[in-house]
Amino acid sequence: MAYDKFNILRSSAVPLSIENVDTDQIIPARFLKATERVGFGDNLFRDWRYNSDNSPKAEFVLNNPLYSGKILVGGKNFGSGSSREHAAWAIYDYGFRCVVSSFFADIFKGNCLNIGVLPVQVSPEFADKIFQAIEADPKTELEVNLPEQTISILSTGEKESFDISSYKKSNMLNGFDDIDYLVNIKPEIQEFASNLPI
Amino acid sequence: MSNTLFDKVWDSHVVRKIEGGPDVLFIDRHMVHEVTSPVAFLGLKNRGLKVLYPERTFATADHNTPTINQHLPVADPLSANQLKALESNSKEHGISYWGLGHQKNGIVHVVGPEYGITQPGATIVCGDSHTSTHGAFGAIAFGIGTSEVEMVLTTQCIMQPKPMKMRININGELGKGVTPKDVALFIISQLSTSGATGYFVEYAGDVFENMSMEGRMTVCNLSIEMGARGGMIAPDETTINYVKGREFSPKGEAWDRALAYYKSLKTDADAVFDKEYTFDGSTIEPMITYGTNPGMGMGISNAIPKAGEVEGGAATFAKSLNYMGFHEGEAMMGKPVDYVFIGSCTNGRIEDFRAFASIVKGRKKADNVTAWLVPGSHIVEKQIQEEGLLDIFTEAGFTLRQPGCSACLAMNDDKIPSGKYAVSTSNRNFEGRQGPGSRTMLASPLVAAAAAVTGVVTDPRTLIQ
Repeated sequence: MAYDKFNILRSSAVPLSIENVDTDQIIPARFLKATERVGFGDNLFRDWRYNSDNSPKAEFVLNNPLYSGKILVGGKNFGSGSSREHAAWAIYDYGFRCVVSSFFADIFKGNCLNIGVLPVQVSPEFADKIFQAIEADPKTELEVNLPEQTISILSTGEKESFDISSYKKSNMLNGFDDIDYLVNIKPEIQEFASNLPI
Repeated sequence: MSNTLFDKVWDSHVVRKIEGGPDVLFIDRHMVHEVTSPVAFLGLKNRGLKVLYPERTFATADHNTPTINQHLPVADPLSANQLKALESNSKEHGISYWGLGHQKNGIVHVVGPEYGITQPGATIVCGDSHTSTHGAFGAIAFGIGTSEVEMVLTTQCIMQPKPMKMRININGELGKGVTPKDVALFIISQLSTSGATGYFVEYAGDVFENMSMEGRMTVCNLSIEMGARGGMIAPDETTINYVKGREFSPKGEAWDRALAYYKSLKTDADAVFDKEYTFDGSTIEPMITYGTNPGMGMGISNAIPKAGEVEGGAATFAKSLNYMGFHEGEAMMGKPVDYVFIGSCTNGRIEDFRAFASIVKGRKKADNVTAWLVPGSHIVEKQIQEEGLLDIFTEAGFTLRQPGCSACLAMNDDKIPSGKYAVSTSNRNFEGRQGPGSRTMLASPLVAAAAAVTGVVTDPRTLIQ
C-alpha cells in the first residue's frame, strides 16, 4: 500500500515515557478482526485510553489536550511483542508519522518502515532531553529531517543524527514499498528457486 | 571460512544483496492464518498479483476460532468474517487450507511441524511472532508483518537486513520439576525482554541436546520474548527421527538428499558469534512471572525483586506491579489463582499435557479454579485420548476443549475476566493480553497443574512423587 512521502517533519510531539510498550497495548488483539486496513486509529492504546465503559481516561496522554502533534515519543524498547502490523497502522491512522525512542523492537520497527511511519532511534540522553523539553513546554516542536538524518529540539537547538539504511531512506523519501522492488526481480527469484536444496 | 548454523541457512537463501540495504531472502515455507493475512490478500487483489508458489504456502485458522462447539457457526460476526476471508482467499489462490472442522486444523506452529512442513535448514515465515518455534528444527523461522506477508505471497521473498548472531550455551542436569519452559523463562529473566533484540539466537549445550522436539519448540518459541527475531537448535538424530515420514517431509531419493543437507547444518567449531552467554542448567528452578512482560520472571521459591534490583526505570516497574496487584519483596508462593490455562503454541503439545497429567493424576481440581485445557491440534487431542490422559483429567474434574490459540491472546471468547489471576502456560503476560484487565503469571505445565489442584501458586516439586 502506497504511503505519503516523508521529507522534513516539523511538529509538536506526544510524550509516552513508559518503557517496554508492547504491541498488545498499542492495539489489543480483540481489535484485529478487520479484513481491511481502516479505522485502527480509533483503538490506538485502547485500554490505556478508555475505561471499560468507553469513557476516556483523563490521565492518559492522548486524552490530554496539552499534547498533540505528528510525532510520538516513546520509552525504551517500544513496540515489543507481537508482529501485528496493525500496531503501526493504528499509529499511522491516528495521525502520527514518526515514532521516537531510545530503542525499538525489531519487527515493529520494520513494520513502521514498510508503511511510512519513520522510527527514529535516539540516544537515551537525547530521549531524556526531548521528554524534558516537552515537559517544560508541551508545544515544543521537534524537527525530523530525513534527508539529513537528524532530529532537533527547536526550542533548545539540540540536535542528534539517526541511522536508516540508504535503501529504506530512499523508499521513505519517495513513498515506495518493497513489493514494487520484489515484483521487478521476479525472474531472478524464480531462477533462484529452481536451484534450492529442499 | 567458519560459519554458524545461522549463517549457513541464511546465506544459502539470499537471492540478492542490496548495497546499503537489506538482503532479498527466499522463503521456503509460508504459514498463513486468518488475522494477519486478509489485508495482504487485498493488496494482491488491488495490484492484480497472484500467489507465486501456492505449494509453498499453507493456511490454517487458529487465532479467532472457538474452542468449544466447533461444529456450530462462529457466533462473533467479525471473527466469522475473517475466517471466511481466509477460506475464500486460500481457494482463490490454490493454497492448502485447513479451516475450522478440518482434521489438520490447529495452531499454526503446532500443525506445521506435525505434518512435516517444518524442515531443517528451511526459511519459514508467518505473520506471527511465535514463528520462531520452527527454529527447533534448525530452520530460520521468524514472524513478519502484513506488508511482508504480501511480499511472500507474491514473490516468495522478503527484504531483511541480516541480524547479528548470539549463542546461548546451557549445560548441566536440570533439576526435578524443571521443564523446557522454565529454561526459556530463566534465559529471558537473565537477558530481559529486549536483551536479544537485533540478534538471531542459537541454543547450544547438552540441556538442549537432551530435549525432545516438543521441548526444543517451547524454547525456540519464546526467543521473541527477549527481543530475538528467532532462535534455532542444530538438527540431530532427535530432529531427523521426528521429521522422517511425515506427510510433507521429503520421500525416497529426495529424503536421502535432504538428509545429507540436514547433517551439514551445524556451527563450525571456530565460528564467532557477536554475543555469547553461558548458564549452568543445574541452577534453574521452576519459574513464574510476577510482572507484565516475560522478562519479569523468577524462581518460584524467590521473592518479587525490588525496583532497584532490576533493569529499567522505577516508574515502569511500579506500574507493572500495581497492575498485577503485587508488591516488592513478596513471595509468589501461596498467591491465589482464579484461572489456569494450558495450551498455546508455547505449551500446547502432547508432552505438556503429559506433564500436567503427572501432577493432577489422583488429585482434584481446586474449587476456586477455572481451568482451560486446550490442545494445539487434533493430533494432540487424539494423543490425549489414546494415552489415557483424558481419563485422568476427567477423574480430576477437568474438561478438554478443542484446538486453537484460545486464551493466549483471547481473540475468541476464552477471556480471563478483569482483575482475575491466571497461571498460564502461554507466552505473554502483557497487560490485558488474556482479556481486558486480566493478570497473567506465565509458567510451565507443571506449575500450572500445581496451581490447578491447590488453588494457589505452588511449587510443583512438592507434589512430584
